[in-house]
Amino acid sequence: MKFTLSWLKDHLDTEASLDDILDTLTDLGLEVEEVEDRAARLKDFTLAKVKSAEQHPDADRLRVCQVETDEGVQQIICGAPNAREGITVVLAKPGTYVPGIDTTIGVGKIRGIESYGMMASERELELSEEHDGIIELPSGEVGDRFVDWLAEHDSAKVDPVIEIAITPNRQDALGVRGIARDLAARGIGTLKPHEPQVIDGTFKSPINVTIDADTLDTAPHFTGRLIRGVKNGPSPAWLQDRLRAIGLRPISALVDITNFFTFDQNRPLHVFDADKVAGNLRVHRAAGGEEILALDEKTYTLGAGHMAISDDTGVESIAGVMGGAASGCTEETVNVFLESAWWDPIQIAYTGRDLKIHSDARYRFERGVDPDYTLPGLHAATQMVLDLCGGEPSEVVEAGAPLQTARSYPLDPARVGSLVGMEIARDEQVRILTALGFSASGSGDALEVWVPSWRRDVQGEADLVEEVARVASLTKLEPKPMPRLRDGVAAPVLTPMQLRERSARRTAAALGYNECVTYSFIDRAAAQLFGGGSDDVMLENPISSEMSHMRPALLPGLLQAAARNQARGMMDMALFEVGAAFHGGEPGEQHLLVSGLLVGHTGPRDPHGARRAVDVFDAKADAEAVLAAIGAPAKAQILRGAREWWHPGRHGMICLGPKKVLGIFGEVHPKVLTALDVKGPAMAFTIFPEEVPMPRNSSASRGAVTMPDLQAVERDFAFVVDAEVSALDLVNAAAGADKALIEEVRVFDEFIGGSLGEGQKSLAITVRLQPRDKTLTEDEIEAVAGKIVEKVGKATGGSLRG
Amino acid sequence: MDGLENLRGAWLERIGSASDEAALEDIRVSALGKKGEISLKMRELGKMTPEERQAAGPALNALKDEVNAAITAKKAGLADAALDERLKAEWLDVTLPARHRRQGTIHPVSQVTEEVTAIFADMGFSVAEGPQIETDFYNFDALNIPGHHPARAEMDTFYTHRREGDNRPPHVLRTHTSPVQIRHMEQHGAPCRIIAPGRVYRADYDQTHTPMFHQVEGLALDRDISMANLKWVLEEFYSAFFGVQVKTRFRASHFPFVEPGAEVDIQCSFEGGTVKVGEGDDWLEILGSGMVHPKVLEAGKIDPNEYQGFAFGMGIDRIAMLKYGIPDLRDFFASDLRWLRHYGFASLQMPSVHAGV
Repeated sequence: MKFTLSWLKDHLDTEASLDDILDTLTDLGLEVEEVEDRAARLKDFTLAKVKSAEQHPDADRLRVCQVETDEGVQQIICGAPNAREGITVVLAKPGTYVPGIDTTIGVGKIRGIESYGMMASERELELSEEHDGIIELPSGEVGDRFVDWLAEHDSAKVDPVIEIAITPNRQDALGVRGIARDLAARGIGTLKPHEPQVIDGTFKSPINVTIDADTLDTAPHFTGRLIRGVKNGPSPAWLQDRLRAIGLRPISALVDITNFFTFDQNRPLHVFDADKVAGNLRVHRAAGGEEILALDEKTYTLGAGHMAISDDTGVESIAGVMGGAASGCTEETVNVFLESAWWDPIQIAYTGRDLKIHSDARYRFERGVDPDYTLPGLHAATQMVLDLCGGEPSEVVEAGAPLQTARSYPLDPARVGSLVGMEIARDEQVRILTALGFSASGSGDALEVWVPSWRRDVQGEADLVEEVARVASLTKLEPKPMPRLRDGVAAPVLTPMQLRERSARRTAAALGYNECVTYSFIDRAAAQLFGGGSDDVMLENPISSEMSHMRPALLPGLLQAAARNQARGMMDMALFEVGAAFHGGEPGEQHLLVSGLLVGHTGPRDPHGARRAVDVFDAKADAEAVLAAIGAPAKAQILRGAREWWHPGRHGMICLGPKKVLGIFGEVHPKVLTALDVKGPAMAFTIFPEEVPMPRNSSASRGAVTMPDLQAVERDFAFVVDAEVSALDLVNAAAGADKALIEEVRVFDEFIGGSLGEGQKSLAITVRLQPRDKTLTEDEIEAVAGKIVEKVGKATGGSLRG
Repeated sequence: MDGLENLRGAWLERIGSASDEAALEDIRVSALGKKGEISLKMRELGKMTPEERQAAGPALNALKDEVNAAITAKKAGLADAALDERLKAEWLDVTLPARHRRQGTIHPVSQVTEEVTAIFADMGFSVAEGPQIETDFYNFDALNIPGHHPARAEMDTFYTHRREGDNRPPHVLRTHTSPVQIRHMEQHGAPCRIIAPGRVYRADYDQTHTPMFHQVEGLALDRDISMANLKWVLEEFYSAFFGVQVKTRFRASHFPFVEPGAEVDIQCSFEGGTVKVGEGDDWLEILGSGMVHPKVLEAGKIDPNEYQGFAFGMGIDRIAMLKYGIPDLRDFFASDLRWLRHYGFASLQMPSVHAGV
């Protein structure tokens, strides 16, 4: 919402400075977004007088002027036809910035003759479109500042333009008068009276208006009248200046008047050229399919239920949204039909949204227009038409009746204190509400407050409290301690899953991974690589095709990040992310994941030969470390058969049973890497924190530690097994040989080739025996060893390597 | 006895000039071994008279001890010399780089979320969560934003696709963390104190807007919580968060889910082109807040005549940028390693109230 300071002062009698007004507006909830102080841009221009003007020897259209300035007589070359001896002009000295031509004036030669400045036109100073000649002032002394002259003689030209943000609840502030009312309530001046005179008609309007019965609920009230014999044309300068100041293009007096009331009173109007209206006007619901060429020169097709105003030939206006071009007013209009009607905000919002029309009328009607000002607004506008265009008004045509909005709410004056925490005296509360147009009756703690017709947003006591607090100023609110929930030490607040998320994140970072936060939406192709990309998780209105589907996993985002980093020459990286992935499009169809990605080498080349390509066992170690950090059981199965984006032979699922997958590690499938432009190979892991069982007992106690005094015995075995045999199966078999005695079984070598047959490998394990109550004899050790060989043989078909 | 003195001189000299451990051992054997010179002298003691023995015995023993000690000392000296020699040979250029160890980092969004959580936890707020794909009921209607409300159009909402024949209103990517308020109220009722950090989405992209960003919602309900309490909570929070005393300024504003509503500015200075929080005379808009609207309480199945309270929502990325001087929001989600390493945090840098956030 834009307005000028002088426009505001039409409604507000105030001596307050511009800065005070701006600060107060923001504090009242009418946040100032921008102030265009046009005087500031013109501050360097001064008045000067042309002493002589002679023909330029080398240019027909140029004159060489001797100009008297506050710095002596200067020579200035000028092309304006009116540059002549004796006139008072506006001078831009060398070094002055001229906004209209976006240039800083310098000393220059024009066709060989030096020029020391410029005499400006109105357009060059952005005062108007006038550019036929330079400005000639009727008064003023050499050396005076031009802004001072303007302030005295033509203040509208340097009127500061104020733009404020209007929150959706403040329909009243969509008119300058409402803004003035707010300021007055705060004590910044007094609201000037505004009581439109009823203008009686002298004849019956030849155009009548009806509202269809099925439309009355959203179009309850229509007023209008014909004014005949008007003379349309450019509106007066003051009106043009105002409209231009707020960014509107003056069109003609009749149209400018409607725009004026839109911004002055939040009272959108429409003017029909009565001679282009066939028969009477009828307010009705569109059947759907009706076409209308609107004032913005676009053709719209109405949907069923949209409200239209039609004459005998068809739709002439999209009610409350935009008028039609066919019956619009032009410079030639002599008979005008003026409309002031009230339209239902919700219906206007839907119509505007359906038709994608963003007009000032829609903007206001959907936020709310004062229903009680429909007829007064018609009279006020009539007066202005008569003033500016002349003519003769008909009697008022009225259909329906103003919407009844009168309502009241009880307000306990103590409520401001209990809800906001500000102590404001009852009388002051009543004063504020009254100044805003409310009326309060009742006594003590039982006020009954009636809401003015222009505040449809006020729907209860809390709204009344807000009005009081807002005008009293929330800046004065003093902080008040909020008591602790309980005395003493604050209780922990994180849930087990929140703790898990944090542990997983901190562990991954400790393992050397850099945490990424990638977008939750990715492109369809990338999503499809990871089992997603269905229509269920598709956005209806993505901002780009790269962000069209909710991610089914974190890896695609991390892989794309890896590709971007590789493109910048960073080839070795460890990235991870903790966040939600989406397995469906319904709320809650998301699950928490932790994914890590390793690409390239373990580090840069170094003199120690420590650098090597990352491999699956790096990912496995990190996956296990993260799982351990979030409390997963140490013993888990490693199964194969994960989804197709993993290398089929180089991955493992860390499971508690075939259906309980806690995590997956492995090499990413080369096809996936190619599709995502990642130079591979790439190792990855994904952890499913929600799948890890919660500990059964929540006690902090750890149980007793056992630390036998007897020394443990280690024995090594090498088994020859089929190459397909899993080391873990062999280890588990060996460990099962004597669960009491065997403390640990560890693989320390894998060997393929040599004298081993095709399809065979050798796995070497070390078994640690921990005697509990007496030292083991050699026989006892041999017995266990024999059992280990037997168990391993049974489980894997392997035999001791000879 | 002169003989002994000569003997002593000779052996000590031999010991002194022994060049290695083997030579020293030879000396030991020839001096103190079974047939060593000194050992033989000791045997001669038996043939002496008691008087002679009285004099020669201690002298010989002393000589034996002295030679022994000299050998031990020489041995240690030789070992030290040998070690010195070895260590000299083991010289390394320690200015060579160490074996590489990757340095992981925590993303600023995670770090700041934990900072916010630590501070609010101290004031009794727990952490609530909710789905990122939401129904339009939880994202809008329950928050007093009905279908026709202009605020809906202003939110730049992402909608999810509806399959043919599915005539339900489309779901949305939550445009704010506020729906968590409703879900929490429904499940846990009042009184309550929660914050709800998380991802939110709006269809907007430029230097200061990304289609995804992070918010933290706050909600406190009880019988007598007022906006003055909100101001105190926020000032406590910002002071702890920025590590300086921070004043706030409340300005009347409007959000459909609160009444009264306020925008909150924090005190700052813009001198020198950088924002410094907690000093100066300027104000920086930082969050939206207010007293929970009675209709919102009702939507959360809480009696507005019994309970009241405040709610606020602020941008996590925004306060991260302010605190840590991060210039461009878009970089948060670009995963550029250089950025992650520069703005990231060490894994052990865990925010807590006692250690500072």
